[in-house]
Amino acid sequence: MADMTVQPLSVAFMKRRPSVGTLKFAESIFIPVAALLVSAALFSLFLLSLGKSPALFFQLIWVGGFGSSFSFQNSLQRAAPLILTGLAFAIPARIGLTMIGGEGALVLGGLGAAAIAIPLVTAGVPPFLTLPLMALAAMLAGGLWIGLAGWLRYYRGVNETISSLLLSYIAIATMNFFVEGALRDPASANKPSTMPIGDVYRIGAIPGTQVHWGLAAGLILAIVLHVLMTRTTFGFAARVTGGNARAALAQGLPVGKLIVLCCVLAGGCAGLAGFYEVAAVHGQANASLVAGYGFTGILVAFLARQVPLAVIPVAILFGALAAAGGVIQRRMGMPDATVLVLQGLIFVVLLTSETFYGRIPFFQPKSVEERT
Amino acid sequence: MSETISDGALVTALIAMLGGAIRVSTPFMFVALGECLTEKSGRINLGLEGSLVLGAMVAYAASYLTGNPWAGVFFGGCAGLVLGALHGFICKLPKVNDIAIGIAFMSFGTGLAFFFGKPYIQPQAPRLEAIHLGDWTGDPRLAQALEVNPLFFVGVALALLMWWAFRNTRFGLIIRMTGDSAPAAKAMGVSVDLVRFIATAIGGFMAGIGGAFLSLYYPGSWNQGLSSGQGLMAVALVIFARWGPLRCILAALLFGAAGALGPSLQSVGISQGYYFFNAAPYILTLFIMIASARSKAAAREAPGELSITK
Repeated sequence: MADMTVQPLSVAFMKRRPSVGTLKFAESIFIPVAALLVSAALFSLFLLSLGKSPALFFQLIWVGGFGSSFSFQNSLQRAAPLILTGLAFAIPARIGLTMIGGEGALVLGGLGAAAIAIPLVTAGVPPFLTLPLMALAAMLAGGLWIGLAGWLRYYRGVNETISSLLLSYIAIATMNFFVEGALRDPASANKPSTMPIGDVYRIGAIPGTQVHWGLAAGLILAIVLHVLMTRTTFGFAARVTGGNARAALAQGLPVGKLIVLCCVLAGGCAGLAGFYEVAAVHGQANASLVAGYGFTGILVAFLARQVPLAVIPVAILFGALAAAGGVIQRRMGMPDATVLVLQGLIFVVLLTSETFYGRIPFFQPKSVEERT
Repeated sequence: MSETISDGALVTALIAMLGGAIRVSTPFMFVALGECLTEKSGRINLGLEGSLVLGAMVAYAASYLTGNPWAGVFFGGCAGLVLGALHGFICKLPKVNDIAIGIAFMSFGTGLAFFFGKPYIQPQAPRLEAIHLGDWTGDPRLAQALEVNPLFFVGVALALLMWWAFRNTRFGLIIRMTGDSAPAAKAMGVSVDLVRFIATAIGGFMAGIGGAFLSLYYPGSWNQGLSSGQGLMAVALVIFARWGPLRCILAALLFGAAGALGPSLQSVGISQGYYFFNAAPYILTLFIMIASARSKAAAREAPGELSITK
């Protein structure tokens, strides 16, 4: 990680101990993994108290999430939006914001994509033009939404956590308003939806798999944003701002612009997730867009410690959990909210584990130990 | 009555809105008072949304199992108390961010409520009875609007009590001091962590009662879409009310009126833009937050230890 360069290499060699960077890296892996294990243990107790078998539960997660090629592809399919919404939380977090509006940006992105598709599909514009325009509309809608929360934060001093969550509710209401009103397809009788984009315009699967291209987009964006946040001047400036906004201002960094730009990037990611939900999964915008991906993305980003690359494996893990939900429901006779309970538990334990950073002696550099 | 038709519709809509404001505002009131107590002690609990939903579920289940809705209210509050106490306990560990933990409890509480609440979606639990205040008017619309739940008065009494206690009691002073300056409280020999733990736990209890009102009176059933973010909006509401319990009541009534806008317009046949009117409380909250964010008066009255206003 970038922290490795904090201390000159020579110092690390002299001590014959791993460098501060390595230790910190090991700590940032060990603590979240330990938090996951503790959550699993606590959840096992919860299951035992209900008279269910924890062994069967975790076996079903394995079978339903990774067990076969089919189930693994199902997990990847569900991981795709989680990578994007995870990034939507992780990027603003790097600049010091707790931005939890990913759900709203995703919904609005999906609505934007579906809305612009209606005239384009009706006019018969070919898919290779229509789909990029839809993606652009989705990213723009999502980017503006989160960007607004970022702008309000810096220029008006409005707490971004609450405003972004309120904006999510407003986004969902907006989507319902249009889907039930102006943009409603008269043919959608039972479940109000926008006009289906049709099979010609649907985004297919990545060749050789059943996973749609949203996964590839998520992987590429995670890598690009990782490089951007750790290897460029922009990323450095953003991290400085996240560390101490006042110091960044004193250094002459354009803090306001950095904040808004990070938020626009984040919203763009979530909006893109909405685009893939419309163009690859549902084929139209409707209430199915509100599936909680935005909120699970927050947990994904926390577990990944806001590192864009780490978002990928964590998203796949939670994708598997979601994919196994159905099997667990059928085989163990448990409600579909079981996965929600486990996620909430992981969330609480994970945030509690924050308290152990810098307090486990093994991971502390020698010099600090000697001084204390 | 010699009203024209449009006048009649307007009066009907206004009366419906008045009744709606009282009904819709009650859960806001309880969550806001709970959040007010917590924030006065210098901590934010965004997880009250989770306490509210879990409280609603437990209250409904308890009312169904015992046959007594007031037992439901009590157990709903206890469910909120447990979540609030957990929040308070975890937040006192060093390096733990109270806002992030709040988000976690929002999802944990909601998940637990959905998990255990599944069997209670179908059955009908005994509901809280309203007090009929408007029967003497002889106007059925007014009589219906003035059916007020006793919990509304409990909430108002609670606000008065908190307002008085913050000013006049030692306990109120300790809470205010912890919220304004933890070092000062420590110097006085007060355990900051303990005060905040108690304030968060009691705040959770109040949020649980707010949830009980939702499932036992209005809308009066348990389902997964019961809460529409009241627990979260209450956080903004407390900022708007500038941490004053009495102003919390007024703010809750305002939010209740905004929430009643959509249904009361629908009652006179205006269903155009129903979803947009439903978004009214959120839009109102957002504008209130924008308006009060840089307000000097709000900054002066904010507890000094609060991370949300910094």
